Amino acid sequence: MSNQVNSNEDWDLIVKPHSRWYDLQLKEIFRYKDLLFLFVRRDFIAVYKQTILGPIWFFIQPVITAITFTIIFGNLAKIPTDGLPQILFYMCGITLWNYFSDTLIKTSDTFASNAHIFGKVYFPRMIMPLSVIVSNLIKLGVQFLLFLVIWIYFLLRSDQVHPNIMILLVPFLIILIGFMGLSFGIIISSLTTKYRDLKFLISFGVQLMMYASPIVYPLSIVPEKYKWIILANPVTSIIETFKYAFLGAGIFSWTYLAYSLCFTVLLFFAGLIVFNKVEKSFMDTV
Amino acid sequence: MANIVLKAENISKQYRLGQLGTGTISHDINRWWHKARGKEDPYLKLGDSNDRSVAGGSQYVWSLKDINFEVKQGEVVGIIGKNGAGKSTLLKVLSQVTTPTTGEVKIKGRIAALLEVGTGFHPDLSGRENIFLNGAILGMTKAEIKSKLEEIVDFSGIAKYLDTPVKRYSSGMMVRLGFAIAAHLEPEILIVDEVLAVGDAEFQKKCLGKMKDVSSQGRTVLFVSHNMAAVKSLCDRGILLINGKLDFDGTQTDAVDRYHFMHINSNGIEHHGPVFEAIGNDSIRIMRLNILPRKGETLSVFSGIDIVVNFYNSLIGKNIDVTIEVETFDNVVVFHNGTIVTENNDSDQGIYFLKFGLPEKFLNAGKYLLSITFGENQRHVLYHQKEIISFEVYPEASGSNSSVLPGIIIPTFNTEKSFKKN
Repeated sequence: MSNQVNSNEDWDLIVKPHSRWYDLQLKEIFRYKDLLFLFVRRDFIAVYKQTILGPIWFFIQPVITAITFTIIFGNLAKIPTDGLPQILFYMCGITLWNYFSDTLIKTSDTFASNAHIFGKVYFPRMIMPLSVIVSNLIKLGVQFLLFLVIWIYFLLRSDQVHPNIMILLVPFLIILIGFMGLSFGIIISSLTTKYRDLKFLISFGVQLMMYASPIVYPLSIVPEKYKWIILANPVTSIIETFKYAFLGAGIFSWTYLAYSLCFTVLLFFAGLIVFNKVEKSFMDTV
Repeated sequence: MANIVLKAENISKQYRLGQLGTGTISHDINRWWHKARGKEDPYLKLGDSNDRSVAGGSQYVWSLKDINFEVKQGEVVGIIGKNGAGKSTLLKVLSQVTTPTTGEVKIKGRIAALLEVGTGFHPDLSGRENIFLNGAILGMTKAEIKSKLEEIVDFSGIAKYLDTPVKRYSSGMMVRLGFAIAAHLEPEILIVDEVLAVGDAEFQKKCLGKMKDVSSQGRTVLFVSHNMAAVKSLCDRGILLINGKLDFDGTQTDAVDRYHFMHINSNGIEHHGPVFEAIGNDSIRIMRLNILPRKGETLSVFSGIDIVVNFYNSLIGKNIDVTIEVETFDNVVVFHNGTIVTENNDSDQGIYFLKFGLPEKFLNAGKYLLSITFGENQRHVLYHQKEIISFEVYPEASGSNSSVLPGIIIPTFNTEKSFKKN
């Protein structure tokens, strides 16, 4: 008797073999929001524990990269920079690119590197990649500040820099590139739980992608014959718009930006599908 | 009638054996092709039951098969079974760490699983930071943790080290901190996996006490353990799993008794065939171990009990000793005593025949477990086997008067009687 009554009652949770792919679990994620921020905090503190310079490393990394680029691509290879100061040109690309590549690489081993936690406790798995996107956002913030300092210096000292109204698009660009990195990351992460082959491609692939984006060279010097390859790269228009907004050089096009947006949205949903599918059973295959 | 807060319906879990490698993709494609045509998954039909000791023909194995049960609010359910029976898999399914291959689990209320203590501890973070991190991983909010911080620190007894990175903690401190956090979770349903096997005796006692508190507050607990005494004292219901199937669901006492009888060889051991295949190791092989009544056919209070041990010894020129230990099913040791087999460093290769005779009216009626230890010079353990066989002593040989008196032993007294008329 009581069984019948109970079977009609509402259950708070039903664990089933398969779930709906579009189930975003937003409610769950919201319930675990404290965990998200604690993970961010953990990443932030743990990385620089027992270092002398601490968070200063956030500055050193992009500066050294920019200097290297200036020497190799600017002075040795003599690749033009659209008439802009070299260090500013490279910093501009590196700041946004780092956010993308850090997010991608870190989220791409979500399952593999957290297997010991995921195997013991349940919480919405999406918390992990989301915490990566947020902690990288902090890093981006620091590096962005550094870029702004250099930018303001050149803005005052020379007339090569022409910022424009497109600067208002910057928050949107950051969100867009962050989600693109996340989407790539969770897809790779989901696929590598069972077949680890892709793992070998990541660092190589990310590097390749960087050279297919206008970071060490301006889009304007790419020969027409190959331009479509660079433009097919969804990162291109985001970085190009970013540069255009701050420096006033480069190519700006709503079409290309719309392409990047559509690409990201589709990629994100594809990522959600595979992530949702894999998170249920990855413990058995990882 | 109490509410049902957890309901497992036909849950099964299949695992693939062996390595994942290049062969896997062909199975995946085959599976996908069957699904695409609307057919059944070809690999779900396969699969041996989960008996690890026997190599099966199939590459797939059912860790759990058609498990059905319900848990009411406030019940404390012990899940028992030998290693590999599927206990941990069941807990993983219940705690959502992995999904069942088929079937459903329905849960009412907040559920928290404690499959390990200190999950997600970061070695570089301080004790305090880890309390927050671990608490949040287990499902607490920051505010909840903050309000319980003091209690957690008190319970763990690490107040002094609160701001030290946990990598400098001893393993015991780590465990204590981990358990302290978990103990202050307040879910409606708590799932606990054998975490009590850690820490020193005092802390274990504290943990058991905490578990009792939790259940007395009307919360539901699912508890997996090999500690039968703990299961008996904490739980009010027992579920026995054997090879991935639910074998028994009833009172905790019945489940524990059944566990002992299912898993411990109650017929004794008699080995025929090559010596090196017998139970034991390179030094000692047990050829025969039997518990026999000295009089009559049945082991009873009045029959007297002979424990027959025949073992093969391969060590030459040693002092070999044999110790037997008898305990009740509640793990109360009745006695632990032994004998020296060779006294003058004169052991030789061959089979030694021993018989330990227990007097009649010594062990009371009941079920007992026997452990055996072979030693050298009463110092080094050559071979030890805990709870190798079980046996039951009946109240009376005939069974006509089956009333059992309380107590573990039933000694014969040297009675002296006198009387003085007033």
